[in-house]
Amino acid sequence: MSIDMAQFHQVFFEESFEGLDIMETGLLNLDMGDVDAEDINTIFRAAHSIKGGSGTFGFTAVSDFTHVMETLLDEMRDGRRQVTQPAVDVLLGSVDCLKEMLTAIQDEQEVDVASVAEYKKALEVELNGSESEEAVTDESSDVSAIESNTVNTGEKKWRIAFSPHTDLLKTGNDPVRMFRELGSLGELTITVDFQGVPDFYDLDPEECHLSWNLELVGDVSESDINDIFDWVEDECDMAIQLISDPVENNNSSTTEEQAIEVAPPKEVKTESTNNASPTNVAKPTKKTAQKPAAKTSSSIRVDTGKIDTLINMVGELVITQSMLSLVGEQFEMNKLDQLKNGLSQLERHTRELQESVMNIRMLPISFVFSRFPRLVHDLSSKLDKKIELVMVGEHTEVDKTVVELLSDPLVHLVRNSLDHGIEMPADRLAAGKSETGTITLEAYHRGGNIVIEVKDDGKGLNKEVLRAKAIEKGLIDENTNLTDKQTYELIFMAGFSTAEKLTDVSGRGVGMDVVRRNIQSLGGNIEIISELGKGSTIAIHLPLTLAIMDGQSIAVGDERFIIPLGSIIESINIKESMINRVAGRGETFRLRDEYLPIVRMHEIFDVKTVQATKLTDGLVVVVDGQGMRCGLFIDDLLGQQQVVIKSLEANYRKVEGVSGATILGDGSVALILDIPGLVRLSNQ
Amino acid sequence: MASILAVDDSASMRQMVSFTLKGAGYTVVEAVDGVDALNKAKTQKFDCVVTDVNMPNKDGITLIRDLRGLPNYKFIPMLMLTTESGMDKKQAGKAAGATGWIVKPFNPDQLLKTIKKVLG
Repeated sequence: MSIDMAQFHQVFFEESFEGLDIMETGLLNLDMGDVDAEDINTIFRAAHSIKGGSGTFGFTAVSDFTHVMETLLDEMRDGRRQVTQPAVDVLLGSVDCLKEMLTAIQDEQEVDVASVAEYKKALEVELNGSESEEAVTDESSDVSAIESNTVNTGEKKWRIAFSPHTDLLKTGNDPVRMFRELGSLGELTITVDFQGVPDFYDLDPEECHLSWNLELVGDVSESDINDIFDWVEDECDMAIQLISDPVENNNSSTTEEQAIEVAPPKEVKTESTNNASPTNVAKPTKKTAQKPAAKTSSSIRVDTGKIDTLINMVGELVITQSMLSLVGEQFEMNKLDQLKNGLSQLERHTRELQESVMNIRMLPISFVFSRFPRLVHDLSSKLDKKIELVMVGEHTEVDKTVVELLSDPLVHLVRNSLDHGIEMPADRLAAGKSETGTITLEAYHRGGNIVIEVKDDGKGLNKEVLRAKAIEKGLIDENTNLTDKQTYELIFMAGFSTAEKLTDVSGRGVGMDVVRRNIQSLGGNIEIISELGKGSTIAIHLPLTLAIMDGQSIAVGDERFIIPLGSIIESINIKESMINRVAGRGETFRLRDEYLPIVRMHEIFDVKTVQATKLTDGLVVVVDGQGMRCGLFIDDLLGQQQVVIKSLEANYRKVEGVSGATILGDGSVALILDIPGLVRLSNQ
Repeated sequence: MASILAVDDSASMRQMVSFTLKGAGYTVVEAVDGVDALNKAKTQKFDCVVTDVNMPNKDGITLIRDLRGLPNYKFIPMLMLTTESGMDKKQAGKAAGATGWIVKPFNPDQLLKTIKKVLG
């Protein structure tokens, strides 16, 4: 039976990365003075699982590497070895190394064999003080394995005396099973010995009192026989005796032959283990081009409670459906109440079902937060700062996509707080603060949004410095009057960096504008609150899900479009006096003190059935896309509704000004407008 | 066909064991740790138990010891999945009542061969 092991690889990678995260968290939380055995055990278990899995699924390089880690952890767990900071650092390094190895294997890339060897060496040095011992023991065990396989062949006659201890049956072992196996090796003669059987009245049927004499004739080696009795070695008395050898081989030559035969395979074996890592891991890189699809498949781990709710909901739905079909079978007007009742139940269940399905995609934000203890640990020691990381609301749930895309921006913000926000310990003491700075990561729900705050009690943003810097960089004019909020937002401008000198931690000057753009592309926004000397808070507001959104449906001729509700500011009827036509730049209209460009929707989307072509006949919807505003000229506003977003790119191709599509209640398709894209279009 | 309880906290290993045994026609129920396994073993009688050793909540050896205490599981074969480095584990497992072991890493064929051996 051949089974394609590749089908389990994805799950293996997922659980291994999870295990590595557990190891990392565990190692970071170890308190050198007072090590909790259970903590070490948890770390050990994670390493052990990765080792077992990688061995089984053929990733020998990974299992070899984890083996050394496991040995080290095992000694720590048993108390044979002291847990020291250097050892923990080596283990942390190994966790990183394993992550890289597994990522490389998953992406079918080449593993950096040299760096793996370096980490392994560091582990071995930590383990033995040298790197050679391990190799020696490995070899010797290989030899014994080979020995048992390469013993000379030919017909032999064995006599086996087998007398099990009385408790043999209690471990589920059955002599009959072992005899059956022996019988499969050659011709077996069984003689049973009843001598040990007690009187009937003393007999305990759960005990074994029989013993056996067996004779086996066949091409069988002693190790073949030992293998069968391997499990019961300690539960029986056994003697194996060779009665007659094959005619071709006389006794005296056997030992000599054995010695000769053992030597060459030993070399072969060691050679092949040396080769094992490159051949197993270093898959040709050309493969990556062929199989990009394998990587895109993503999966999600769902709490069983959520699935149960879902199944429950489906059950309710089925009941409602059968009730409705009963009503429908022979409908009379007096059943109208029943029908209405059923329909309202159906509506409720559908809504609940939708909620619980959406819930499945929700992951706790701890998936993102969990990488920060390590990051803060590493960076603070690099910068010689003392920092405590506090995480609040890690269980707040958010859509999987948001979780994945949130990671990088958050890393950037935390790095910034560490590098620019929190002062050096001496400066903090001088400012009357505690030596240790605090960075707080907090997540909570507010309305339909999730809010994530990165808070520090560092020096805060200096408005004067920000302003001077922006003028120096030519980002603003010297006479520009800015509110506090606008001043803080200067840091989001491209090319702005306040660090006096660039460090490799942060401050390359390309960061914050990218962060803001990423957040905005997720449909969120970002704001800063800061107080000089007290610290800063950066808050990210994001929609809970990207799969469903609140939309306003609008009409342009026969076509229906959806505008994301959040980007609509107001809808107005405009008068002729408000309109300005700029030569070569299209039309604008004046809204209070602002001139906004007008986008004629029917022209952009080429709608022939449009009703209003005169600006004063239709409606103008004022929308905001990433800080830029414009007026969309449309026929009519229809209703507000929740829409399920379907990807246009996946089903058709990317269209400028359109972010996706949805299916309306009547089955027709409506395009969802990409407001920033439309604003860009209107500017062209 | 015989029913087997497959216990492992690692999803990939559990799936591999379960898939292999199901493919050979056995009925397989999966459990994620010793506590889960013990609960399942109490509601249904299995003909064989295959368990990982290192698991949270209840490890495989304790599980085997607990199962042996149940009348239904006094004599049924129970195998542990263990790594080569775990010689002391084998001893501890035997003392707890394990029938035998399958050494990790193993492939589906080795697993099937061993299961066939104990189930006849």
